[in-house]
Amino acid sequence: MDEKIKARVMDAGKIKRSLDRMTTEILERNRNLKNLVIVGIRTRGIYLGKRISQQIKELEKIDIPVGVLDITLYRDDFAELETQHMVQKTEIDFPISKKDVLLVDDVLFTGRTIRAAMDSLFDLGRPQSIQLLVLIDRGHRELPIRADYTGKVLPTSRREIVQVKLMEIDETDEVLITEPAKLE
Amino acid sequence: MLEFKQRHLLGIQNLDVSDIMTILDTAESLAEISTREVKKVPTLRGKTVVNLFFEPSTRTRSSFELAAKRLSADIINFSQQGSSVVKGETLKDTVLNLEAMNPDALIIRHSCSGAPYFVSTFCKSHVINAGDGSHEHPTQALLDAFTIRQQKKSFKNLRVVIVGDILHSRVARSNIFLLQKVGAQVTLVGPPPLLPAEFNNFGAQISYDLDRALEGADVIMMLRIQKERQEANFFPSIREYRNLYCLTQKRYSLANKDAIIMHPGPINRGVEISSEMADSVKSVILKQVENGISIRMAILYLLLGGKERETAD
Amino acid sequence: MRLLIKNGRVVDPSSGIDETLDILVEKGKIVDLRAKIESNNAQVIDASRLVVAPGFIDMHAHLREPGQEDKEDIRTASLAAASGGFTSLCAMPNTQPVNDNRGVTEYILSEANKRSRVNIFPVAAITKNLKGEELTDMADLFSAGAVAFSDDGRCVQDSLVMRRALEYSNFLQAPIIDHCENSSLSQDGLMHEGFYSHLFGLKGIPSSAEDIMVARDIILAEAANARIHIAHLSTRGSVYLVREAKKRKVKVTAEVTPHHLVLTDSALENYSTNLKVNPPLRGQDDVQALLDAVKDGVIDVFATDHAPHTQEEKDVEFDRAPFGINGLETAVSLLLDKLVNKNIISLPRFIEMISTRPAQILGLKDKGRIAPGADADLTILNLHKEVVVDVHLFLSKSRNNPFHGWKLKGAPTMTIVAGKAVDPCS
Repeated sequence: MDEKIKARVMDAGKIKRSLDRMTTEILERNRNLKNLVIVGIRTRGIYLGKRISQQIKELEKIDIPVGVLDITLYRDDFAELETQHMVQKTEIDFPISKKDVLLVDDVLFTGRTIRAAMDSLFDLGRPQSIQLLVLIDRGHRELPIRADYTGKVLPTSRREIVQVKLMEIDETDEVLITEPAKLE
Repeated sequence: MLEFKQRHLLGIQNLDVSDIMTILDTAESLAEISTREVKKVPTLRGKTVVNLFFEPSTRTRSSFELAAKRLSADIINFSQQGSSVVKGETLKDTVLNLEAMNPDALIIRHSCSGAPYFVSTFCKSHVINAGDGSHEHPTQALLDAFTIRQQKKSFKNLRVVIVGDILHSRVARSNIFLLQKVGAQVTLVGPPPLLPAEFNNFGAQISYDLDRALEGADVIMMLRIQKERQEANFFPSIREYRNLYCLTQKRYSLANKDAIIMHPGPINRGVEISSEMADSVKSVILKQVENGISIRMAILYLLLGGKERETAD
Repeated sequence: MRLLIKNGRVVDPSSGIDETLDILVEKGKIVDLRAKIESNNAQVIDASRLVVAPGFIDMHAHLREPGQEDKEDIRTASLAAASGGFTSLCAMPNTQPVNDNRGVTEYILSEANKRSRVNIFPVAAITKNLKGEELTDMADLFSAGAVAFSDDGRCVQDSLVMRRALEYSNFLQAPIIDHCENSSLSQDGLMHEGFYSHLFGLKGIPSSAEDIMVARDIILAEAANARIHIAHLSTRGSVYLVREAKKRKVKVTAEVTPHHLVLTDSALENYSTNLKVNPPLRGQDDVQALLDAVKDGVIDVFATDHAPHTQEEKDVEFDRAPFGINGLETAVSLLLDKLVNKNIISLPRFIEMISTRPAQILGLKDKGRIAPGADADLTILNLHKEVVVDVHLFLSKSRNNPFHGWKLKGAPTMTIVAGKAVDPCS
């Protein structure tokens, strides 16, 4: 599908400043860092989660473990998918029961991914609390889900696509708004 | 996006290499579920799966049952003993009656080769072959391949030796087809009446001498030998079979260092495999059982997931 | 009363005739055969551009009556036969009860007289109840009207019993039609043993199961100076044995079915029970050997081995289906399309194998030939007619025929029995 880039709303610098600010907010709100764990939602949530953990390590010299969550098996639209999604591994090597879990994802949209992520976490254990960190909140919520830490609020139309690119896999750090090319 | 377009799993012969890899990769991701405390995900909630077993089997049947349950599907068991088949109902009628209850998948094990294919010609559900006569046992071959990949990382030019009653073995056939497709080299070993020359045309080597065949082997797969074959004169006695074809420590040392020992089970200790070898650190027999659940979860996930597609092909 | 068949290409291998002639028929016999017969008071059939042959004779068919009338009966088999171009059928004895006594033979003949549209010739059993142990009263059966003896479906395993049967039937001048199968080698087998049986996971019937009995019975026939007719030849080993035996002047004749000439074991990939037959469909080498044997005369006769079964019996998993292919309504078109129209054999040779030789082997002196005084049994063929096989239109009760949908060139257009055209649809 051809896409047209409509706007480049964040560059590497802006992304870094957002992550730094959110890290500070996390440290303010979580007194007991030893109880904090980070779970990144595949795929880009993982890299954001790792960057935050790294940042916390530099600031507070504490290792916050980062796990990987694949939510394919918990999607609510499973029976309607035209094409299936390849299910990949969930890798959380630490217990989450009684922990404060920081869920990390790149874009918050309808809220269904987060709902699936929370169901999955509850199948893995009984966290003490779950907080949500997202880089972009683009609106259009369909469920009562909200983020605790937001990088940038981005009003969008439904048709638009928000693309987050991260150095770890996309060779650049930026956030783009694109639109599918008009059908002939 | 996933490219798995099969409607049924009737045999390895109907799968191409990318289908096989998709199944193995999916199984790898799903394996983690069996290590959790709550061994369940909601993915196939509301789907109904029927175990239609016309041959006795506890292990394959319970493996499928666990796989379905871990994906939150509902499963019922139908086995020949307590059923209307005994009253003379045909296979076709049995299936049509079950279909009236709207299952999503039928898992069929039958003593007649071709029975799952026959069922797929008139039923609406997805059909999974859990073993048909001497023809195929695809989920066994897939879990065997999965186990081999865990241990050996790559199939290319891997030397696999399969030993036993090849003629009657659906496990052997499915494994031969699969290992050929992924680039492994297969050698078949057994007494001549159980290993006809035509198996050469399957792309495998044939040998009647186990000691020779084990030289350079990376994977040793032993098959169960049945007493009925001895009574039908396929080999003279268990004693003779054991002398020629039993995997003992001495024989094992002829293979490559780190060769793994496999067996689809149930094992006849002291007949086709010595207790020592069955229990050795190189034996992955119990791993095979564990992997069976992951593979069967992957099959159920891939066949039942997503929108109901029109019949592929 | 009088029938005149005009302008047809009359082909009669027994006399060597192959030319356009008229045939005049009266009271069930042929009375005149020459060009340009005048048609006074005769019903005229215009056979221009058609072939007129002596009526076809199927030496090997299962009519299932008495006892298994759900699969087929004498009437429906005769309709299927007439539709397929056959004027005479041999009824094999593996009925229920077995045709091993005069009563059953007479029953078959009497029912055929009342309800059959073609000639029916019973074949009686060699041994009582087909058990292979005690001979039947062969002379009595012969005088009741049996034309030959066979345990078809089974094979007499005990060599001594077979020896005695050959000696005894020899003095009656009635042939034994031999279904050759060594049951300990073939036991429980489902298809030809070979690469494909191993691929499909189906127990095989080795060629040796047939070859061994062909060899044994040729030797026994030779020793008894008796005639023997080998039914449904299927292997190249059997072909070799029959060829060598003929060179030694053993009184052996052989038959082959159309399905063994056009299908091989690889066709069983989809476990279609319509391909489950005994002897089984064999390999490419066997088919080639059979075709060569048809061409050079080692095989004498085409026969259908028409084996009807109900749809319920065949609509099951492969192991459970009974063996047998329905064949009366497709045989002639298959052979015309695959052998005659492909120039593998000539038209006269085809007619010889499906009419002349069967009549000779069975001793039916007034059949299998077109000449004044012979019975007016005639088969009219259109070598160019294109048909598409549709099993739902079959007149047989059974549908277990694997050729549904096949496009064939060449078909029978009329079957005349005892001087009357048979209309199978009435």
